[in-house]
Amino acid sequence: MATTLDVNGRPLNVNSPPDTPLLWVLRDELGLTGTKYGCGIAQCGACTVLADGQPIRSCQAPVSALSGMKITTIEGLGGEHPVQQAWVKLDVPQCGYCQSGQIMSAVGLLAQNPNPDDAAIDAAMEGNICRCGAYQRIHAAIKDASAQPAAAK
Amino acid sequence: MNKPFKDIAAAPTRREALAVGATLVGGALLVGCSMPDALSAGSKVKPGAFGPFVKVDPDGAVTVVSKHIEFGQGNHAGLAAIVAEEMDADWDRVKVEQAPANAKLYGNTLMGGIQGTGGSSAIANSWTQLRTAGAAARAMFVQAAATKWAVPVAEVTVKDSVVAHPSGRKAGFGELVADAAKVTPPQAPALKDPKAFTLIGSDLVRRKDAQAKSTGTARYTQDVRLPNMLVAVVAHAPLFGGKVASFDAAEAEKVPGVVEIFKIPTGVAVVAQSTYAAKTARDALKVTWDDSKAEKRGTTQILAQYRDLASGKTAAPEKNGWKSFEAHGDTAKATEGGEALEIAYDFPYLAHATMEPMNCVAMIGKGPPRLVFGSQSPTLDQLNTARIAPALPGSVEIETLFAGGSFGRRTNFQSDYVAECVHIAKKVGAGRPVKLVWTREDDMRAGYFRPIVHHALRITLDKDGFPATWRHRVVTQSIMKGAPPGAPTGGDYDETGVEGAKGSPYLKATPVVDAQVLQPDVGVPVLWWRSVGATHTAYVMEHTVDQLAKRAGKDPVEYRRALYGKAGATRHLGVLNLAAEKAGWSEPAPEGWTRGVAVHESFGSVVAQVAEVKLENGVPKVGRVVTAIDCGVAISPDQIAAQMEGGTCYGLSAAMFGQITLTDGKVDQANFDTYRVLRHSEAPKVETYIVTSANPPSGVGEPGTPVIGPAVANALLTLTGQPTFSQPFVKS
Repeated sequence: MATTLDVNGRPLNVNSPPDTPLLWVLRDELGLTGTKYGCGIAQCGACTVLADGQPIRSCQAPVSALSGMKITTIEGLGGEHPVQQAWVKLDVPQCGYCQSGQIMSAVGLLAQNPNPDDAAIDAAMEGNICRCGAYQRIHAAIKDASAQPAAAK
Repeated sequence: MNKPFKDIAAAPTRREALAVGATLVGGALLVGCSMPDALSAGSKVKPGAFGPFVKVDPDGAVTVVSKHIEFGQGNHAGLAAIVAEEMDADWDRVKVEQAPANAKLYGNTLMGGIQGTGGSSAIANSWTQLRTAGAAARAMFVQAAATKWAVPVAEVTVKDSVVAHPSGRKAGFGELVADAAKVTPPQAPALKDPKAFTLIGSDLVRRKDAQAKSTGTARYTQDVRLPNMLVAVVAHAPLFGGKVASFDAAEAEKVPGVVEIFKIPTGVAVVAQSTYAAKTARDALKVTWDDSKAEKRGTTQILAQYRDLASGKTAAPEKNGWKSFEAHGDTAKATEGGEALEIAYDFPYLAHATMEPMNCVAMIGKGPPRLVFGSQSPTLDQLNTARIAPALPGSVEIETLFAGGSFGRRTNFQSDYVAECVHIAKKVGAGRPVKLVWTREDDMRAGYFRPIVHHALRITLDKDGFPATWRHRVVTQSIMKGAPPGAPTGGDYDETGVEGAKGSPYLKATPVVDAQVLQPDVGVPVLWWRSVGATHTAYVMEHTVDQLAKRAGKDPVEYRRALYGKAGATRHLGVLNLAAEKAGWSEPAPEGWTRGVAVHESFGSVVAQVAEVKLENGVPKVGRVVTAIDCGVAISPDQIAAQMEGGTCYGLSAAMFGQITLTDGKVDQANFDTYRVLRHSEAPKVETYIVTSANPPSGVGEPGTPVIGPAVANALLTLTGQPTFSQPFVKS
């Protein structure tokens, strides 16, 4: 049974079984591989996407529950988003595998709170693990992007 | 894109077959055929006009071919900068490409010539090689221009990929590339005086992959999608050494998308059309395991055995008994007499827990075996694939991708997850691509852990408060035990278990030392884990020294200075002084914070850290961490800082929370809910200062990891008066 999804502004019919987590629909069926598998139990944040602007862990979201919601993945940011620019400016990524999820959480944060303080950044980013330990630069890049007016778009 | 398959490889020549036969039994027994020749037999990889490491496009863009995988440590930026510096290439138009597998062209000169990345050696082993490659390419462009313009070579200059002559003639690399490619490469081109470097050591050296990794376009194994590709998930034995007795696939086969379910040496493989189908079917499998030869002990029992061996309560086995790793003076005096500090430390198994769990794509059965994945040691992966396929090792083609972290996990002597994928792809056959996906739980429970380690020490002080005698016993599994015959293992014991204690300036400064190691067999696979022996020796040596300083009533920094003076450890002294100065050691710590210091040498580099620590609800909180490193010539200061920041988090994560335990042989942890790692709010603020040095570059990927643990423990010692004798600090 097909589910209709709105991914990055495009309406899409997906054929995966309705209980399939969004993560695997994005990656295996739609070929949007920027969103990563890290743990499968919403503990690491590598699979973070936005659903109606809110960060969600796509590994725990059955695709049937997302019908009618606007899904934004890393590919949907366009590559020049102020958060992405800050990431590049500060050479944030190391292995890079967690960074799509980190960026989506940061974008979600800045949409809610354009000028987050340290505690707000800590709280919003606590669910995103980076085993390379790029946290310090992630934190700095969010601050850098928060100074850009367009970050909240 | 992936190349289409070629026809089935021609049968190996007799000499190639002999070479491979000898290689496969593991010895350097070849007659008239060097090891790199043997390892690359059957390879179709050929260097281009500018050698194996440099390519120049018709538009003048320079591509540096990296023989090392990029899994976060920033080596691609550093390697490219070395070539660009000597070549005087325009840094903005330099790209990096991952080398194919070929030990002869891309062997690691610090790893006996096999192609591999590890031991923080990527920059160190490439330094002269890539300077020479860049300088040779530059000389070829200069020669081409001189010939074309009929001017003396000495009058031709190069800057930012533009070749020029004082007469006003100039041409870009692109215009000259056809002529330059015909010039015979010089064997020993002149290298720059390091004082003339303009790129190396500057903040211009930035990552080349930050854009791709910030847009989701960087390609990892997990992302490989090939026509007709299948996905495999494997049911593994719950106990190490367990085997499949029987399995019932009736329920699993009902899952839509399942293609095939079969037994492989490491378990039962489920092959399906999609990852989720394969995983769902795997979860529905019923497997009966034969545990007759499995390791059934828990970590409590293993650690108790280690303690009893170290204390002498249990005698060491006759074979594989105690081995001395450092001894001087009248060692009998180390065992008794004097007022001694007698202490012991315990370290748990640790998982690497890379963000991207282990995975691999293999195509077997049509044309040469082909692998697409983040290969850390292509040569080992070729050898292990060749055994299974079977094929000539050199004929195994590997396309190496970015890897989502490794920290040592992606290479071992068995190529464990690679071999598993090759077995499955061989059964599927016909060269059909198979992607093996490990779930987080598979990855966490697969072993290849940092070993459990127990240290027992007995130290007496002289009248001035400095160590007079030092008895040291280490019990830990050997990491190198699984090495093929002929591989360097450090003699009659595995040196990786004691490196950092062995060679410590504190032992050098002590008149009587009796240090021994025992390496018992345990049925749990163990492996190098970012900074290897230093993960525990740095902690033991540095935390012990603070306890000795306390006992002697001396300041920990002053105490170290005196010991480094006795040992002649000038580089240790240099980083200690730099860190102490930048941290303001002579001034009181900020209100509410307590400082701790630690210093350790690993992989040729010496790191000192001063950490500011406080206790929040009984849990250590680490704030500012001042880091000083002596790593020889600093190629990319910003990437060195990134490695100090990241390495500190990795080491702190282990010291605070890291622990794999076994109950009745079964791993208790499964995912990040039970294997706690450092999170965003817990990351310290690391400041990095680099000692100016003219020495060749040494490692930075690992040396930042082992120092934070003891620095924090030393702060806690000052704060609470209590030493910390086991990790993790926070018991779950």
